[in-house]
Amino acid sequence: MKPIIFSRPMTQVIPMLAGIIAMAGLLLASCQARRSSEAGAINAQEAAQRVYVAPGKYDEFYAFMSGGYSGQVSVYGLPSGRLFKIIPVFSQNPENGYGYSEETKPLLMTSYGFIPWDDAHHPELSQTNGVPDGRWLFINANNTPRVARIDLKTFETVETIEIPNSAGNHSSPFVTENTEYVVAGTRFSVPTPQQDVPIDSYKKNFKGVLSFIKVEPSGDMDLAFQVIMPGFDYDLAHAGKGKSKDWVFFTCYNSEEAHTLLEVNASQKDKDFVAAINWKKAEAYIQQGKYHQMPGTYYDNRFDTSTQTARSFVHKGVKVLIPAECPGLVYLIPAPKSPHGVDVDPSGNYIVANGKLNADLSVFSFDKMQQAIQQKQFDGEVNGIPVLKFDATLAGIVKSGGLGPLHTEFDDKGNAYTTFFISSEVVKWKLGTWQVEDRQPTFYSPGHLMIPGGDSRKPWGKYLVALNKITKDRYLPTGPELCQSAQLFDISGDKMKLLLDFPTVGEPHYAQAIPASILMPQSDKIYSLANNRNPYVTKTEKEARVVRNGRRIDVYMTEIRSHFVPDNIEGIHLGDTVYFHLTNLEQDWDAAHGFAVEGNRDNAELLLMPGQTKTLKWVPQRVGVFPFYCTDFCSALHQEMQGYIRVSAPAEQVALSWSTGKE
Amino acid sequence: MKKRLNTLLFLIAAFWFVGCHSSSTSEQQAAASTETPSASASTSTANPLDDKGIGPVQSVQLGPIQSELAKKGEAIFNEKCTACHRIESRYIGPALKGVTKRLAPEWIMNMILNPDVMIQQDPIAKQLVNESNGAVMANLHLSEDDARALLEYLRSIDDSSSSR
Repeated sequence: MKPIIFSRPMTQVIPMLAGIIAMAGLLLASCQARRSSEAGAINAQEAAQRVYVAPGKYDEFYAFMSGGYSGQVSVYGLPSGRLFKIIPVFSQNPENGYGYSEETKPLLMTSYGFIPWDDAHHPELSQTNGVPDGRWLFINANNTPRVARIDLKTFETVETIEIPNSAGNHSSPFVTENTEYVVAGTRFSVPTPQQDVPIDSYKKNFKGVLSFIKVEPSGDMDLAFQVIMPGFDYDLAHAGKGKSKDWVFFTCYNSEEAHTLLEVNASQKDKDFVAAINWKKAEAYIQQGKYHQMPGTYYDNRFDTSTQTARSFVHKGVKVLIPAECPGLVYLIPAPKSPHGVDVDPSGNYIVANGKLNADLSVFSFDKMQQAIQQKQFDGEVNGIPVLKFDATLAGIVKSGGLGPLHTEFDDKGNAYTTFFISSEVVKWKLGTWQVEDRQPTFYSPGHLMIPGGDSRKPWGKYLVALNKITKDRYLPTGPELCQSAQLFDISGDKMKLLLDFPTVGEPHYAQAIPASILMPQSDKIYSLANNRNPYVTKTEKEARVVRNGRRIDVYMTEIRSHFVPDNIEGIHLGDTVYFHLTNLEQDWDAAHGFAVEGNRDNAELLLMPGQTKTLKWVPQRVGVFPFYCTDFCSALHQEMQGYIRVSAPAEQVALSWSTGKE
Repeated sequence: MKKRLNTLLFLIAAFWFVGCHSSSTSEQQAAASTETPSASASTSTANPLDDKGIGPVQSVQLGPIQSELAKKGEAIFNEKCTACHRIESRYIGPALKGVTKRLAPEWIMNMILNPDVMIQQDPIAKQLVNESNGAVMANLHLSEDDARALLEYLRSIDDSSSSR
């Protein structure tokens, strides 16, 4: 056997050992391949070739995975499954100081105050004409309801907006066809507006609010209006596309309006609903003034890319629409049973309700729904909202044979793919015939699945990623806490083929992917120092200085390979608060510098990209001389990149001074 | 039999080692032939003024000092270069007084515009990094016009100092 697997041994003994190990490895691999092929996979060698991205080569797709309870987004390459970056969104991030630097803290501000950690669920790419366009990525905070916008030129969070009158912002942040709106529906109905009432007055006092956030061409978000719905749980959503582009569909469970032991009490009825909202009609009603003003304080935090600083704007009050007063605004479509995901096919005609307590999938037709509305084929109403007749809107039923359907995505060949949580599988079926074409096991218990562009008008139907909740026995054990995982399937042929397992950061609720060819050319390499309008920027070493203003000290400090200016500071006293305003003077891609100062109990460190200014607050705790240093290995002289700050007792007469070098 | 097996294994291993070794050499050659631009870097024995460096600047036409351009260069120098350079004395990098007498104008501009490649491949630049204890020249992504202005500023210093 030719030992071609191992490269360039340094001695003549190692090759023989390596050869033996290689053979053992191949034997092992072939054993695993046999095991996998029983599970519907291709052989391991072929799978490895399909996902192998050679050193120095690029992946074909960017995948954005929700971090779930980490509150972040992680960026992976497909097909390799390599992790590139974690984008901090709703949680402080020790890797780059997000939520610790003074410039980024406002992004975590809410009407409740500063919230350092939330639960992020569904990434959603902005779209133009129903196709992911690579401008922004949105993601929802589930716990304290918010929606964030990430700029895909810098891969940084640039806005977070709070949703008032909402709770458990789960059916969010899905976009309309041209990103006119991002939606945010409450999972938990609550007293609206909030008030002190008995919990068992649920049916009387609790409402479900569906919010529509307007996205300006600049990307800035504004809460446009809310629709006050019955007190159900609004679980997921998707906007229509093409012919159905004026509509957004939300799944509802707990139409029983239970407020305790929902596990049993919200599973009583045979059918719940898909709520269909016509947002064009809503806009018209708002223009006609048919709205009510409801109280509700909320924060909109915007990161200004020129000042590199986030600011919080506090708003009060929101426009609300009441469906009973707005004919044609909302219809309810009965859907079996406790539906979870609601997914619209690329044509915009088929709306799939994934009834998680039902083995079958109900697929509704937008054309039939419009016809049913015209012919008033109603089956009663809820709070003045017409309920359409189930049979009048149904296009077909997929008799899947699986258990616990949760989510469906689509390829570009007229196929749909649905995860089944309880039976741990992905089922491929055909739109129109409703016939199951293939099914493959997943390991284990998939929630969402993702096909690049798979919820848009233009899926790139080459890969499918199943996002699994359980991984026991799939990886080396790491104590009681195990990773969760993604599994990559090749869906280019008739049968799905399992290619790769890879672990994810936090819980991968949902993901989106886009061809690298769209994002790569627009990716920023540096922040322009010339355009840096941070009020605390120091653009040249000559401008570096230390300024005392009462007990506040502002240190205007620069970093360039491999020194700080200033690197010796004296005249600081206990009781002072020091703000280190660091500017990285580099203008070269990947020339980052860090900053850390000893004993900073509140705010950790900074990491600065080229041309960036960030501020670290430091309250000295002790008298002495404390080092600070660069935390990012920046050059051969990185270890020399250090300095000292002297802290004196309040009574000591030490003049404020600063310097670098002898000059 | 055992000896023959050992010999065989040795031969296979040796062949493998040689094969890998030769392939790495050819990779290096390929890299060198594709990456080196037309301006030559081989100046080890020649006059340093003949080394035009490696980068976008192939030739510079010099005339009398253009004082406006030199002024612009001075402003850029004070803003961008003083983090590491002084005119009169060594700082992080070498003192710049006399540099236009020591080195070719093309070399100076290429060092400003293409420092990453220069410090890897140009013999003079490599030597300078050594003398600066490994401190590398940062690429500040200046324009060719900016680099030309900086050159004029450095020329104006050397011109005035030599005429003194």
